[in-house]
Amino acid sequence: MNIASLAPLAVVLPILGAALTFLLIRQPRAQRTVSIALLSLTLLLECLLLASVWNGGTSAVNIGGWLPPWGIVLVVDQFSSLMLVVSSAVSLAVLVYATGQGMADGDSDAPVSIFHPTYLILVAGVSNAFLSGDLFNLYVGFEILLTASYVLMTLGGTGPRIRAGVTYVVVSVVSSVLFLIAIAMIYGATGTINMADLAIKLAELDQGTRNLLHVLLLVAFGIKAAVFPLSFWLPDSYPTAPAPVTAVFAGLLTKVGVYAMVRTETLLFPGDTFNTPLMVAALLTMVVGILGALAQSDIKRLLSFTLISHIGYMVFGLAMSSVAGLGAAVFYVAHHITIQTSLFLVTGLIERRAGSSSVDRVAGLAKLSPLLAVLFFIPAMNLAGIPPLSGFLGKLGLLQAGVQLGTPLAYALVAGGVLTSLLTLLAIARVWNRAFWRKPEDAEHPDPVLLAVPGGKDAGDRAGQQKTTLLPRTMVGSTLGLVLFGVALTVFAGPLFRVAGQSAGEMLDRTAYIHSVLGDDAPVPAFAQPAPQGEGR
Amino acid sequence: MSVNLTLLTVMGALYACGIYLLLERSLTRVLLGLMLLANATNLLILATGGYAGLAPLFDKATDPRDYNDPLPQALILTSIVISFAVTAFMLGIIYRTWVLARQDEIQDDAEDRRVAETPSFDAEDDAVIPVETSEFPLVAAGPADTADGGGPEETVRAGARHMPAAEAAAEEQPGSRTVDPDPEGGQK
Repeated sequence: MNIASLAPLAVVLPILGAALTFLLIRQPRAQRTVSIALLSLTLLLECLLLASVWNGGTSAVNIGGWLPPWGIVLVVDQFSSLMLVVSSAVSLAVLVYATGQGMADGDSDAPVSIFHPTYLILVAGVSNAFLSGDLFNLYVGFEILLTASYVLMTLGGTGPRIRAGVTYVVVSVVSSVLFLIAIAMIYGATGTINMADLAIKLAELDQGTRNLLHVLLLVAFGIKAAVFPLSFWLPDSYPTAPAPVTAVFAGLLTKVGVYAMVRTETLLFPGDTFNTPLMVAALLTMVVGILGALAQSDIKRLLSFTLISHIGYMVFGLAMSSVAGLGAAVFYVAHHITIQTSLFLVTGLIERRAGSSSVDRVAGLAKLSPLLAVLFFIPAMNLAGIPPLSGFLGKLGLLQAGVQLGTPLAYALVAGGVLTSLLTLLAIARVWNRAFWRKPEDAEHPDPVLLAVPGGKDAGDRAGQQKTTLLPRTMVGSTLGLVLFGVALTVFAGPLFRVAGQSAGEMLDRTAYIHSVLGDDAPVPAFAQPAPQGEGR
Repeated sequence: MSVNLTLLTVMGALYACGIYLLLERSLTRVLLGLMLLANATNLLILATGGYAGLAPLFDKATDPRDYNDPLPQALILTSIVISFAVTAFMLGIIYRTWVLARQDEIQDDAEDRRVAETPSFDAEDDAVIPVETSEFPLVAAGPADTADGGGPEETVRAGARHMPAAEAAAEEQPGSRTVDPDPEGGQK
């Protein structure tokens, strides 16, 4: 039996876990065990999937025995299995972190009992979106993860979270409606929603119809991925959620949007029709996002803006539609999921230790907690792209591909990429200087917890509270694990780049994907190139 | 493929009303707008299945144009369930907003307002370096300078340091350059 035929389990296991944890809602200990065990099992399965795809190539699973163009099909190829492994590893770390937080303080603010089932459903939705080989199933995957994310975003139902949640829900629903409209129109035009079948049939449509469908899909996914003109909802809504929730949202949700954009560009509408607008959008996303980050004083908001800005790099890689560019983009997605999540987790720890996440109030952490400083420093430098780390390698790959392409616009993007990298360093260095290096006495509004003399009277006695653990071991441990995973991405960058490059080659070639779904005698249309336009390459 | 004109008109009207309502500031209207959009989209999907009113039953003898495509109807069913869940959740949120704030309107983002109102002056980076413009020398706050007889400046203890009273008073003002009105609000 082929291991790839177990692919549906990547969706089924988390959903099963959600059902179980929902039944165990009164036993937090059992809930924790079940959710962590099932998520680890899912991760293991996905590693096996990656290995099997590595050896045996792309494969497809027909759900319910319906044959491909009609039934739902799950496709495991290198890109989707790589995304699955990275996303599950990250969500496992965040889950451990969240349980650590829940155990450390009885958590009056967030109902932890609801957290586990919802979180597992979110993971199931993400897996479903990555595996789906069918547009409508992709929509369902998006809806599963979005509905779970609405609940997680408004956990506890405090005023600011509800306010942020409203924006988030409305924007997400609008993007989903756009996606659904696109699906309806695509079905009306071609009579199929199977992605491999669409790859063949869309090529037969005339250019105007293709452009309409293409733009609809790109706008819908662009909202989810937070590409520049459609990104304003993100920094408003993400930072108010609880720290682990923000971390997993920042790591995964926008990347699912990027994943869908990659599929749209490579599988459904190959060719370079929209490369120029995409490149302009990528440039604006990078620069405008990072300029927003520079204006922030709250670390979480600052990180949300860097998140938007770095989405620009991925769109840049995608818009080049060359193997080098797309491969670098795939690598960058894997890198960025890990790094952005670990930075948000560390920010959660900073908030616990220092009582605030505003750089006006936090100070002197390097002395108070050197471990925290190291945990922040490594992913922060990685995000900015300091040489030995994976952020540097990803950016280097993108810039090389840009130079290879050699159009004026590509050079503009290369320059924009370097500028964004420098500005990221500036933004991160500001946080570092203020929160970690200066003395607590120099802060504008130092939190009392920072001024307490360490050792003697401990900080725990403020406002008559019971002494709480400021840095619980589970939380620090899971953050450390994720930071190490980020470092491992650097150490194993060679093999990872090879996987990324191969998956990019496969995606641009499309033969493996279409043949695995529709059988080996399905025709693979050549790129439906439009009449050659100015873009001379 | 022929299309039912009535359905098409209804769909257009639903989209128009939905988008209009979506742009309102009242949450209940926004929700109604979302519901209209979802239903308009359902009609759009239905229209792709062929002429409305035909049976989706397959029989070898029937001409393909005489029956309806059943797949869009299955899609609509799924999308109805999804929009049902989202509507229920939105209603919950709206109720919660009402309980918390006694209003049914989208509220401004406090942190965003704060950043927008912050002048480009940054307390740490752009702190004033006293420039001697008058014949009465200004004295920078610091122990070294007080020795030269510039007159003792009134200071206030803040944390472990002393700061000039005038500055401290400025920081206590709501809407001052470094304090957000409610340090605890908007961060929880």
